Amino acid sequence: MHAFDYVRAKDLSGAITSGSRPAAKFVAGGTNLIDLMKSEVERPAHLVDINGLGLAAVERVPGGIRIGALARMNDVALHPLVQQGFPAISQALLASASPQLRNMASIGGNLMQRTRCTYFRELTFAPCNKRDPGSGCAAMEGENRTHAVLGTSSSCIATHPSDLAVVLAALDAVITLHGRDGERKVMATDFHLLPGSTPHVEHALRHGEVITAVFVPDAAHASHSSYLKVRDRSEFEFALASAAVGLELSGGTIRSARVALGGVGTKPWRSREAERALIGKSPATATFRDAAEAALTGAIPHEQNRFKIELAKRTLVRSLTDLAGGAA
Amino acid sequence: MIPIIGEPHDRVDGRQKVTGEARYAAENNLPNLAYAVLVTSTIPAGSIAAIDAAAAKSAPGVISVISHLNAPKLPDTGGQQQESNAAEHHHMPFSDDSVHYVGQAVAAVVADTFEHATHAAGLVRVNYRPTPARIVMEEHRSDAKERQGNAPATFSKGDAEGALASAPVKVDQVYRIPYEHHNQMEPHALVAAWDGDRLTVHDSAQNIFTTRQTLAKAFGVPTESVRVMSPFVGGAFGSKGSAWPHVFIAVMAARMVRRPVKIALTRRQAYFSNGHRPLTEQRVALGATADGKLVAMIHEGIGQTNTVCDYVEGFTSPTRSMYATPNVRVAHRVVELDLPSPTYMRAPGENPGMYALESAMDEMAYALKIDPIQLRVLNHADDDPANGKPWSSKSIKECYAQGAERFGWPRRTSEPRSMRDGRQLIGLGMASATYPSHRAPASARAVMHRDGNVDVSSGTHEMGMGTATVMAQLAAETLGVPFERVTFRYGDTTLPRAPISAGSLTVASVGSAVFAASSQLKRKVIDLATADASSPLNGTDPNDIDAADGKLTLKSDPSRGEAYAAILRRHYLDTMDAAADEKPEPNDPYSARAFGAVFAEVGVDPDLGIVRVRRIVAAFAGGRILNAKTARSQYHGGIIQGIGMALLEQTHLDRNLGAFTNVNLAENLVPVNADVRSIDVILVPEDDPHVNPIGAKGIGEIGIVGVAPAIANAVYHATGKRVRDLPITIEKLL
Repeated sequence: MHAFDYVRAKDLSGAITSGSRPAAKFVAGGTNLIDLMKSEVERPAHLVDINGLGLAAVERVPGGIRIGALARMNDVALHPLVQQGFPAISQALLASASPQLRNMASIGGNLMQRTRCTYFRELTFAPCNKRDPGSGCAAMEGENRTHAVLGTSSSCIATHPSDLAVVLAALDAVITLHGRDGERKVMATDFHLLPGSTPHVEHALRHGEVITAVFVPDAAHASHSSYLKVRDRSEFEFALASAAVGLELSGGTIRSARVALGGVGTKPWRSREAERALIGKSPATATFRDAAEAALTGAIPHEQNRFKIELAKRTLVRSLTDLAGGAA
Repeated sequence: MIPIIGEPHDRVDGRQKVTGEARYAAENNLPNLAYAVLVTSTIPAGSIAAIDAAAAKSAPGVISVISHLNAPKLPDTGGQQQESNAAEHHHMPFSDDSVHYVGQAVAAVVADTFEHATHAAGLVRVNYRPTPARIVMEEHRSDAKERQGNAPATFSKGDAEGALASAPVKVDQVYRIPYEHHNQMEPHALVAAWDGDRLTVHDSAQNIFTTRQTLAKAFGVPTESVRVMSPFVGGAFGSKGSAWPHVFIAVMAARMVRRPVKIALTRRQAYFSNGHRPLTEQRVALGATADGKLVAMIHEGIGQTNTVCDYVEGFTSPTRSMYATPNVRVAHRVVELDLPSPTYMRAPGENPGMYALESAMDEMAYALKIDPIQLRVLNHADDDPANGKPWSSKSIKECYAQGAERFGWPRRTSEPRSMRDGRQLIGLGMASATYPSHRAPASARAVMHRDGNVDVSSGTHEMGMGTATVMAQLAAETLGVPFERVTFRYGDTTLPRAPISAGSLTVASVGSAVFAASSQLKRKVIDLATADASSPLNGTDPNDIDAADGKLTLKSDPSRGEAYAAILRRHYLDTMDAAADEKPEPNDPYSARAFGAVFAEVGVDPDLGIVRVRRIVAAFAGGRILNAKTARSQYHGGIIQGIGMALLEQTHLDRNLGAFTNVNLAENLVPVNADVRSIDVILVPEDDPHVNPIGAKGIGEIGIVGVAPAIANAVYHATGKRVRDLPITIEKLL
């Protein structure tokens, strides 16, 4: 248990100033950060509460929708603009966590949540390169059933846990950040980083920067999109494998396609390879299987998670099949 | 007089629990309370080389840092067979520098607040001398040994090997159940306070009288000087039957710092230090004639334990009594590893054992090409095969019949993968259930007040089973007073002695005592009235008197009678009371078990390997049911836990670190509402005149028994894949 101070930011510039101090952290819903502080994985010296900044609107803007970073998961999931234009976002949010958590957790915080690798949370006896750089990785030769098969490195095989982030990666979302140098925008696909040799560096956010909004562009493949999550338990569990898919179909041909996988990657896993395997083809099981093979090319299994490669393929085939309106 | 299935009264403590009024152990914030937080070991085996507590001692609010370096040495209080419930009596806490598993308490920091203690506990530096650890059970099979547990480790009759060898049809398979935790809502907690040599403990416990005795022995004070209270328990499932190390540490700390001390374990800590269902590996070999008569049963295997506890998972227990066959050999052995101590978990022995046996029976039914229910009926044990005694009662055939009808079993087509619902493969499976009807000595007191209210008491426990409600009902029905007039007090060692609340024995044991005390009280008032010249009942035959609605009435002339309260008032009595000490008959001529049949329907997504239980129908015969509502609740809870066991529950063990890894409720999966669809429980009426004075067999554990094999058998029926290691997760069906 570590001492920290707490300030409630009144406006964005105040938040950025407070949050730029060393060892400062922003808190919104707190559903992940407080949990990690209790287990001492996170040890901020300053906690900057940004719940007073507004930033909770979901609104139509030219070319798409803008979701405020402080909008709560449930509010976004049930918003008509989201349900109509971006059903995969709504489905992913409703497949996440529990209703109580979704009432608290913010969209920005969802993107910032940290891995569920059990070793990451176990600081008394387990090494973890993400928590304690250079200490090693217990998961490589340990309990790795839930770990990643894509984007892994010799340092880390932890998955990114967010469902929403998988859909945002698929649908070309853009994340707006505010810092001392003003505003900048980062593609969702570039926001989360591969672990490489620095698994503790997880995202493109600079210290002191606040996520203020997420923009998702309108598209035919966005309004015809879905999210399928496969897990042991019916609810309240992170994905073993998930697929966010969007298709634009006309005249029996796939005009555009968006594919991203969750539960199997060290970051939300956009698969342009799968998309290329779909575009211009007719929606058929063989096509979907080709896309799935393309998406999982290069996957590296460990002892307990080999099944995830086949499971992810089947999850993708199933979601493409259902979205295209055909039976398996 | 008392119906076989009792009124479905609401729980008497329901309102207190949902409003937060109920005070649980950790909520006893006594004046001047100090807080102890444990520092736990990070290696599985070895010893403590050094403890650097300097930083912790100088941290804000710290009162003391306790470890083997400064703690008083507690004597070995004896094991659970010796009127003790010290879970790890081979190694009392802080007795030396030895380390036996990851998560063992190696020091405790006592401070003025929980936060200060938690902070300082993180500052204690412990250096270890690790030694090679034994972690993986399969690597140490050859060291398996027999250990005395609740059931003898071995049993045999006839020539099982010979009969198996020559049997025309055989099944011989190995079944595995992983480490599993109780995952009760309330983590372990207690508050201990000394006043001179008198000790008061507010605990969350299933066994307060034995805890009292154990603490008295450990701390060298008379048993009467120790008071243990546990009026509310937020779930236990076996994990609170023992005095775990933290109990001794809190009491020790309270004595050392001369203040009341609270220990509330974190969820994470409790995964290591408060028991689990051990990993078991069970071979079941069945031999049968071509027409389905079992000629040989072999059930043998190993379960994890360690060297500091006495626990043995007695999974061969049900096999001795379940089916009639001339040749049986069973043996359960333990492998001592450098891992946390296993313990009782809902239906210990029976639940893991029946998973293996009932899976094998399903395999045998397929090998014989006969219906699984028919196979079980064909091999019905008319007497108890374990000892040849007649059953006190047995209604399993009624359970099969009523369960099958309600479930729609005849619609099942026996071929695997033969039933579908759209994309889903549908599977129907069944299994038998059984749990022995135990009874232990228990005492109770019943007091009638002149206003007609009745206090009944026995120092038993309410962990959510409905004990407080059904005991009040039993007293009300026995005395013939309205239910609302009866208050049942429990959870305190100043009350009449009650046994551990485990092994489904509370209703049989405490209920028999409550029944006896209430009957005696009624008779005392009747005797007073019949001898009283002013009473309308004067001179009547006591056996001709009935009691109902707070009034005694002559059966042969209902116009004659008077209220209990009137009799007490006329005699200027504030109260009348009666006490009873009841114990089971030695040399019981009967064998007693509850039985049941569980039916499960699963839907399996054949591409994604996802199994969901669509419905469960279960029929149980457990003797007299005191309250149909709390009984159903018990069965539902057991069934839900069984769904978890079949499909979700496993605590992962890291073989390199020797530690459990998924030690929180997000990663240690138990069923959520969405996993539990339709549960339909049939209470099969059963009149048992032999089992005990109230005819109740106990139903707390049998609800989980048979659920996992029924689901596993349904998964086989759906998919044609026989999964022999639980839980049945996606990768096993891809």
